[in-house]
Formats: sequence, structure tokens, C-alpha cells
Amino acid sequence: MADIVLDKVSKEFPDGTTAVRDVDLEIADGEFVILVGPSGCGKSTTLNMIAGLEDISSGELRIAGQRVNDKAPRDRDIAMVFQSYALYPNMTVRENMAFPLRLAKLDKETIDRKVEEAAKVLELTPLLDRKPANLSGGQRQRVAMGRAIVRQPKAFLMDEPLSNLDAKLRVQMRTVVSRLQKQLGTTTVYVTHDQTEAMTLGDRVVIMRGGAVQQVGPPQELYDHPNNLFVAGFIGSPSMNFLTATVEEGTLRTALGDVPIGDRIRRELERADAPRELILGIRPEHFEDAELIDEETRRRGMEFTAPVDIVESMGSDKYVYLSVEGERATSAELEELAADAGAADFSGAGSNLVTRLSAESSVTEGEDRRVWFNLEKIHLFDPSDGRNLTLHEGRLTEFPGSPA
Amino acid sequence: MADTTTKAKVRWGLLDVAVVVFALTPVLWIMSLSFKTPATLTDGKFIPREWTLENYRTIFVTDQFVRALVNSIGIALIATTIAVVLGAMAAYAISRLDFPGKRALVGVSLLIAMFPQVSLVSPLFEIERQLGLFDTWPGLILPYITFALPLAIYTLSAFFKQIPWDLEKAAKMDGATQGQAFRRVIAPLAAPGLFTTAILVFIFCWNDFLFAISLTSTERSRTVPVALSFFTGASQFEDPTGAICAAAVVITIPIILFVLFFQRRIVSGLTSGAVKG
Ligand SMILES: Nc1ncnc2c1ncn2[C@@H]1O[C@H](COP(=O)(O)OP(=O)(O)OP(=O)(O)O)[C@@H](O)[C@H]1O
Ligand SMILES: [Mg+2]
Repeated sequence: MADIVLDKVSKEFPDGTTAVRDVDLEIADGEFVILVGPSGCGKSTTLNMIAGLEDISSGELRIAGQRVNDKAPRDRDIAMVFQSYALYPNMTVRENMAFPLRLAKLDKETIDRKVEEAAKVLELTPLLDRKPANLSGGQRQRVAMGRAIVRQPKAFLMDEPLSNLDAKLRVQMRTVVSRLQKQLGTTTVYVTHDQTEAMTLGDRVVIMRGGAVQQVGPPQELYDHPNNLFVAGFIGSPSMNFLTATVEEGTLRTALGDVPIGDRIRRELERADAPRELILGIRPEHFEDAELIDEETRRRGMEFTAPVDIVESMGSDKYVYLSVEGERATSAELEELAADAGAADFSGAGSNLVTRLSAESSVTEGEDRRVWFNLEKIHLFDPSDGRNLTLHEGRLTEFPGSPA
Repeated sequence: MADTTTKAKVRWGLLDVAVVVFALTPVLWIMSLSFKTPATLTDGKFIPREWTLENYRTIFVTDQFVRALVNSIGIALIATTIAVVLGAMAAYAISRLDFPGKRALVGVSLLIAMFPQVSLVSPLFEIERQLGLFDTWPGLILPYITFALPLAIYTLSAFFKQIPWDLEKAAKMDGATQGQAFRRVIAPLAAPGLFTTAILVFIFCWNDFLFAISLTSTERSRTVPVALSFFTGASQFEDPTGAICAAAVVITIPIILFVLFFQRRIVSGLTSGAVKG
């Protein structure tokens, strides 16, 4: 077990592509860290550099305090689980799991014992003498995990290990991975595309975009206090709603009406030297049916009326899509997010507002509905560079590029 | 629906039978001739009236044929081994690495394969005479390797490309060196390809007549196809047809054995189950 430190690590491919740019990351011993980001943002490349499968162009990689830039994968003592599982098809499950131990030249009894142990943990004991071709997807996945855990490496690297499984198995395997990591306490770096995996599995989440780290933190913190538009739009499903907003005479002029600027936001905007044109971000769950709001809560937000487009009842709550007039918010980050999600899925960039209302709401499609939203939870972003102008005061110091 | 499939089956079946008959008739004819006595050789009967093993005895009595058989087996085996080993290494590099000159290498090897061999025979003859390779085993092994290598590289790189690269990465992560990854993971998976290539190269060397007749002059290195053409009967004045037929039957046996031996190793679908398929 060991900590992993990336110190200004970059990767430039021979064809000139810079896949990873100046990544600084400290992963503590035993920590479970998730790398997320849209396709092509450099997650796999980062992982491969930690593994030693790709050379590091510049910067330093330290495992357990030791510089390992020039070490071969076999000398780093790290195990990896591949998206494709990469099981050796000519070997049985037992031989697959024993392979790393045989290469390490352990004696036969130790190998047998360790393989049996790992097989028991992963419930693979009855399958030990089968070939990978005769296993189901979930079983193959577990063999791949088994091959990683048998030799108690310093760290696990996993590159989208569950993405080839169907939805139900993925949920099952997610708990297996989580339990296994807690049990073994091995430092783990896990790459995923999946929101849920990112939010539920890790101690900390690293959000990457175009080879650069956008924000690092515990999942809840990224959700509540996104550093910039990209993080705000990437984390959360359905994603945050974005609207254009103009600062005028002490209020924010938006498609939802004039939003009063409270003391907190005024102070933050002044401090951040904000422009007049802004992007307003509101998460779906911060809306509520105005009929269901008590006086006390009502004062903390504001109301508006909008035609109801679609109502999706989820049982526990209702997703209500409202049409609002006015131009859609635009910025490089939002376009990238829309491209990654497929424009249809990414509601934030459209003129539709996604809201999550209580299940008790009597809202129906086609009517004009009065809806309330929480002013304390809104975010304001600078459209030019995407930074969040409304991070809570105590946190501003942690925001790179902001005047502290 | 069922009707059309039966009809199609019958049609294909007939076609298959026609092809097999066309291909096998000359072989059976030769076998039949090899068992006939000189007197009945030209009677035009498919089943010999008088069976004899005399022809087989004849070819093994003289040293001529046995020497040629030894030469053929030795030269073909050595050339095959070297071509497959070199070809495997080249194909592995071509399928896995990006190195300067890769396209040129592939292009040149394709060029060699396309070059008409007959136009190379006279220069080769001169070169080998100068170098003292004429009428020696290496004198045949070298050109065989040259012409077999493109074939080997092509077939093998197709096989290597089928093997998921992730397997090699996984082996490295599991603690294997580059060499161990190749020997313990990649080579076993490429085995069908290695055997297929070996069979093709062996057949090419075994059947060659052009180089063998131009680059040899004595029994020292003459191979069977050439030796056959120099065949005389047991005595100067006897018709050698029966003996030639017997020899022709004998030299197909090593090929059949070779193919049967390796064919059992060519199991298709060996890589299935490696990655999510
Ligand atoms: N061998 C290579 N040569 C040149 N560019 C490459 C190479 N491998 C990857 N890239 C580029 O580097 C960038 C990062 O790739 P990477 O595989 O790390 O993305 P990723 O975040 O893992 O994406 P995904 O989620 O689709 O797996 C991409 O733009 C890709 O095109
Ligand atoms: Mg990837």
C-alpha cells in the first residue's frame, strides 16, 4: 500500500496531441479516487502513466515517496483492471489468477492458497477450472478483479471496469468493488464515465477536461460548490439549468424575471470583479411547486410562472420541464458538455428548464404553473472563463484564479 | 423456405463433388499407375489388373531417390523453421510498434513476393557460383527463406493483429517482462497462425522445382521434384513411368503427415473470451 503523487505530470503524444496537461494530484494511502470527465479528456492516459504503460512527457510521478517515472510496470507493483477485462483466453480462471504470482516466482502452495482465498472473496470457487470463454460478463469481470487482488499490490488502477456490464450487474458489481476496496484498504484510482459510480464509490472525485484537472474534492463538495461551469454542468443528473442573466440596477435580469441580488451575492460579485453579463445556474431540485411552499421558505426564494411542457412522475418526485423564453446561455464549457452528453440529454443548454418538484404537486402538462426557486442555492458564472462567482465566502481562497 | 434450402444444399453438394473429383482423379490415377506392372502400365484401366510393389522397391534400391528425399526434408524443415521464427518477430513488430520505415518494410516484402521468380534464377545462379553456395543446402535454403518470408510476415501479422493489445498490457501489469509477455501470452495465442504459416512455407519449399533445378547439379543437394525428372528405371532401358509414379506417391506422404500433425493445433477461436465479445 502506498500513496501516489502526480507532480505537474503532462503527456504529449508523438503526433503532437497534448492529452494530459500539468496534472497535480495527491492520492493518500488507502484512498479511493475517481477520475471522471467527458470522452477524450485524458483519463485513460493519466491512468496508463501511473501504471507505466505510457511514458510521462514531463513532471514527476511518485509512488510511496519514490520517483517511478522510469520504472517498468512490473517494478511499480501496481495491479490494473481493464475495461475489456483482458483475461488470458488460453488459461483457466485459476491460471489467470495465478499468473502474476507465478511471475513473482512464489512457491506452488502459496500460489494455490492465495488463488483460493481470492476466489472465495469473489465467489469464483466453482469456476476455477473454466476457461474465460465459458464465463458470463459479470464472472469475467470478477476474474479480472481476482487477478488484481491476488498479489496484494501497492495500488489498484481500474479503467472503466464496469462499463461493459448491463445496468443491473453494474449496480451489483459497484457494491462489490466498494466493499472490496474498503476491506483491502488499498489505494485505488478508478476511471469512469458514469455519474453514479463517481458520486457513490470514491472518497474524492477528480474532474478532468481537455487534459487538465478542473476540480478535486469529495463528491458532495463538487456537487454543492462547483468551481466552474464545466463542473457544475458535468456533475448532477439531470444537470444544472443555465440561463443568461444581466446585472442591472441591483437586480439580475433573467428569463425567470428580475432576480434580486442578496447581500451575499453582491459581496461576492464585487469581490470577483464580475462582468455585467452572467450565467445563472440552478439545480433541478432547488425548484418547488409554489403551492407547496410555506411562508418561511417562500421568503428565501422567488416565484415565476411558466408553461409546463412535460411532466415525468418518478414516484418519489416529479420531473417537470418548463418552457422559458429568452436566449440560451452559451459558453465553450456548455457546448463541450452538450457535445459529450449528446445534445438531447443535456437540458442545461436548451431553453427548457428541468425542475424536480414534490410528488404531491398537482402540476399537469400544458398549464401555466407558478414555480418557486431557492435564491440561496443559485450559482452565477462568468461566461468568458466559466468560473463560479458565487462560491461561499470561506471557500474563495481555494478557488484558483480568484482574488483571495 | 425449407424447399429452397434443400435445393441449394443439393446444388452446392453436386458442385463440391465435381471439384473433389476433378482434384483427386489425377492423384488416384498416379497411385493406380504406381501399383501396375510395366506390362499393364498402358492398359488404360483404373484398377490395376496385376498388383505389384516392384516400383516402390525400385526407387528405394537406388541411392538416388533416398538422397533426394533426405535433401528435401532437411532443406524444407530448416527453411520453414527459420522463415517462421524470423517472420514471427517481424510480424510482431509490424503489428505492435510504430517505427520509422515500417511502411517501407511492408512494401518491400510485398514487392519480393510479387517478383517473378523465374527472372531471378540466372542472377542467383551466378551469385551462388561466385559465393560457393551453388549445389549446397544453404544455396537452396536462402532463396526459399527469401520468398517465404513475405508470406510468413503477411499471415502472421494478420494473426497478431487479432490478439487484443490489452492482453499484453495486462501481462506487463501482472509483472511480465516484454519477453515473458510475448512467450507466455502472445505466442500461445498466435500458435494457430504459426502453424498455418509453417504449413504454407513447408509446402512452398517442398514443391519448388524452379530453384531446385537451377541451383543444384548433383545428388548432394538435389531435392525430390528435380530427382524425379532425372529418374530412369531400374536399368537404363526400362520405362521409368511406374517408378516415377511410385516416387510421386511417396513424396506426398511427408506433406500429408506434416499437415495432419499441425492441423490439430489449428484450433480456431482460441482468443475468444479474452475480452468482452
Ligand atoms: N497513442 C495516441 N496518439 C495520439 N493521441 C492519442 C493517443 N492515445 C490517446 N490520444 C489522445 O489523447 C486524448 C486522451 O485520450 P484518453 O484515452 O486518455 O481519453 P479518455 O479520457 O480515456 O477517453 P474515454 O472516456 O473515451 O476513454 C484523446 O484526445 C486521444 O485522442
Ligand atoms: Mg479511456
